[in-house]
Order: sequence, then structure tokens, then C-alpha cells
Amino acid sequence: MLVSFGDRLSEPANRAALAFRAALDRAAPEGVEETSTSLVSAYVRFDPVHRDHAGLRADLDALLQDRDWYEADLPQGRREWCIPTVFGTDLAPQLEEAAAAAGMTADEAIASISETVVRVQTIGFAPGQPYLGELGPDWDIPRQKALTERIPEGALAVAIRQLVLFSVSTPTGWRHIGQTGFRLFRPEADTPFVLRPGDAVRFEPVSRERLEAMKDDPDGGARAKEVT
Amino acid sequence: MSRALIVRRAGPGLTLQDRGRPGYMGFGLSPGGAADRLALAEGAALLGQDDGLAALEMAGMGGEFEADSDMRIALTGAPMRAAIDGTRVAWHASHALPAGARLTIGGAEAGSYGYLHVGGGFAGETCLGSRSVHVASGLGSAVESEARLEIGEESAPVEVNRLLPVEPRFAGGTVRVVPSLQTDFFDAGQIERFETTRFKRDARGSRMGVRLDFDGEGFHSDAGLSVLSEVVVPGDIQITGDGAPFVLLGECQTTGGYPRIASVLPCDLPTVVQAAPGTALRFRFVTLEEAVEAERRAATHRKGLRSALTPLVRDPHDIRNLLAYQLISGATAGREL
Repeated sequence: MLVSFGDRLSEPANRAALAFRAALDRAAPEGVEETSTSLVSAYVRFDPVHRDHAGLRADLDALLQDRDWYEADLPQGRREWCIPTVFGTDLAPQLEEAAAAAGMTADEAIASISETVVRVQTIGFAPGQPYLGELGPDWDIPRQKALTERIPEGALAVAIRQLVLFSVSTPTGWRHIGQTGFRLFRPEADTPFVLRPGDAVRFEPVSRERLEAMKDDPDGGARAKEVT
Repeated sequence: MSRALIVRRAGPGLTLQDRGRPGYMGFGLSPGGAADRLALAEGAALLGQDDGLAALEMAGMGGEFEADSDMRIALTGAPMRAAIDGTRVAWHASHALPAGARLTIGGAEAGSYGYLHVGGGFAGETCLGSRSVHVASGLGSAVESEARLEIGEESAPVEVNRLLPVEPRFAGGTVRVVPSLQTDFFDAGQIERFETTRFKRDARGSRMGVRLDFDGEGFHSDAGLSVLSEVVVPGDIQITGDGAPFVLLGECQTTGGYPRIASVLPCDLPTVVQAAPGTALRFRFVTLEEAVEAERRAATHRKGLRSALTPLVRDPHDIRNLLAYQLISGATAGREL
């Protein structure tokens, strides 16, 4: 079952989805096996053989009436990350193309992206992989028509006023504008998934040499501080 | 040293699989696990053990294996040509595999994914609560030749040489679907064409999903390709940019922006999973009530698998050294009668 707070991405709808899911986890209605969020919705997995749709729906409706979810605060335990990023060069070959689509020079694009503090709106698609936003209206650029065959792990890509930092190597329709050494999915670690919804992120421009010097660091030189 | 099955020759798509990792969707990790979930339950029933134990999933073909000690095995999923020390053995059945015996498993005769189960289940490291290899996210890796697959302890092994009568799910057919959250993006004409089209499983497919091929123009939604990324679950049928349906499986992405026309009932997903390239598939919408009832029946069916086992009667044609058996005993000259 999906509880959706909008059909377009907006900051209040995103906060509502995150807060509603957190409240749902605390309330733990009977039969709920898993919860998750997308950009603007909370998802509830249950076994309809054990709990019928109508019963669960009534529980969700009751929780929805509890408060104005669009007024909800961001989740607690948020951190602010600063992630060293090489913009452009052969490591991230689509910077110029993305900048042109946004009506900027490459330098303007680097300044625009690196000076915007974006937030993890949801984790999804691949393990630990964040959708980050929201960028200014200039960045309302479409995805590419044809897919890039393979984008590497740690790649920063842009489309529709959002950034995605890739956790695995995969095909994508997003344009590759930066490269980081940040490992988002660490199956062997105590904390396998590093970023959390609500975390703030800044992408700090660095030289290729500096990124390469940090290549043995799973954080790729990234630093975090607690916000709440 | 613990017991192990030695892999002498590995086919190209061997992975250890159990029920996967449900519970990590919010972290972007899809559940994965055995592609044909029913096969896991069948193997567990044949060996009288828990269906959460790991089995060896064999995509398209098996390999050659050697037992380092006495063990029990069961073969389920897509039927493949199997033999123990050169003697053909039945599929959908349990067998003894004595120490030193060679088990050879060839290509699938129907379907896509075959399973080799062992008494005690395959052991080895777990990660995030499962032994399943999740190919798409780089969790674990395929089994290669000369691998030594450790086997778990057995508490109370049941008899082997049991056969499980299995309803065929290896030749395609009609698959039941319910509306997805985006089915309304498709007009009535598109939906009708979706239900009446005879699709064929495309050669492009993996544990993430399978593409369907068909004659005629592609499907398209009124919302086009500007849909906000939304939660994706296994069974969802997304319409990709070229208008072809793509049925998502256990290792799918957890969010997606392509509109979804329908979602396959979990109990019918094994039919999609097992369809080999070129196999015909059709889709039929059912109501939510019908879907829940179908799931209830499937759960009852899985629970009843153990009581459906029958003794395995060997076909004399399959016994290579038939003449070596003493088939008649206590013969007399006849005068005594």
C-alpha cells in the first residue's frame, strides 16, 4: 500500500512522507512487514493473506488524521556531509553538456552546484543511493534520451533539479558531471548504508590529484558533522 | 572439517540463493533471493527441512559436482538432465549422493532456473541476514569451478527417493495481474491491447527483470516519461522508453520513473521467471479479492507440499545397468506347484 503526499516533488511533500513513515514505524500497525519512502510517498508492505486491505487502510487513515504531515520537521539525527568531488575532466565527461543545458558555462555550473547545500530526499534505486535536491530552477534539465551505458560507482549525475550520487556501476539516463570516492554501500561494515534521508550534502570541488590521494579512504575524504 | 559439495565444473550462472533480504527497501536494496521462490519450498519439502536454507540456483544449465561425504540432495525448478555416476536421476525428486559420487547436471529442458538443494542447506557467510548473491548490487559472487560449498548440519534427515508431483510452470501461459498505482496512466485501449497481446519472453533478461517482445506498436502512457520516481516492487510491469513491457524481478531497482501498467501476483511470478526466451506469456487482470484468494491458495499449496510426496519409482529404461540387478529370486523348476 502506498500513501502519497503529492504527484510532484516538493519540500513539504518530501518531509511529510519521511515523517509519516517514521510515525508508522513507531505505531507498528498489525501485519506491517516493511516500510519505505520514495520522494513523496510512504510504502507499506504487508501480507494480505494475514491482514486484509480494508483493515490496514483504516489504520493508515487514522494515522493520517493525527496531524498536518506537511508541517512535519525533518527526521532527527541528521548530519551535514562535505564530499570532495572532481567536476568535469575525463572522470566526469558530461559537465559541459549539462552546463549548456542549464544555460551556464562549466565554471558557473561548478559554482552553482558546489555552493548549493542539497538534502537527501530519499534513498533508492540501488543500495544506499541518494536522490539529492533541490537545485535551482536552471537545473530543470531533462534526462538524456539515450542511456549512458555505464556510470561508475561514486559518480555524481544531474537531471530535473536533482542530483544522484551512484552507489553501484549502472546504466543511467542522468548526466555525469562529477566524480567522488565516496562508497555509499559497504555490505561488510556495521553501517552498510551511509547516508540517511534528511542528511545535508555539499559537493566540494577538488583536483583530480587530491581525489586520487584519497582513494584508499572509503569516505573519499568526506567529512560529516551532526546537525540535530 | 565440515561436509562440502565440491564444484568440479560450474555452469555460467550458479549462485547460492535463499529467501533474500526483505526489509532493506528503504535503504535502496531490493530483496533478491531465489528467482523461483516456489522451487525453494519444493526443495525444502523434498528434504524435510526449512525453506529458509540456501540452495544452488542454476541459470540455464548446471555443472558437475562431487560429494566429499554422504549427503542428500533434491532437484527442483526448471527440469535439467541430471545423472549420478552416469545414471539418469529424476527431477523434482530427492536422492542420496554418497561420498565420492559425481552429480552431473546439464542444460534446462524447459524453463530457466533449476535448483540443487542439499540436506542441511548450503552454509557459508551471511551478509545482512542472507546467503543470497545479489548480482545487481555486487553482494557476493557467482560460484566458480573448484569451489567448495560447505553444507550445514542435519538434525533428523528424512528418507530420500521421494518424488514431488509438480504443476507445470515452465512453459509460459496466462499470468494474473492487478492494477499498479500507475495503471490509470494508460487509456482503455492500451489496457485492452495489453490483455489481448501474446507476448514472448525476450532473450534480454536477468535476475533484475525480463523484457517482453511482441508484434505491433509499443505501449505508451498519457503521462509520458515525466513521471516522478516512485516505489518499485518485484512483479511490477514497467513500460520502458521503447514501449516494451519489462517485468521486474527480485533484484529490481527499488524506485523507478517508468510508468507501470500492472503488477504480477507473487504466486504467478514463478511462471514469468521460468519462461525461457521465446516462451509465450499473456496477462489477465483480476480483482483485488481474486488476487488475495489466489495468494491464500498458493500459501495452502506450499504448506501441503510435504504431504504430496510420493515414493520415487525408477523407470527400468533409466537404469543403465539393469542386467546387473537380480530381478528374479526364488525361482523353482515348477514341479513343486
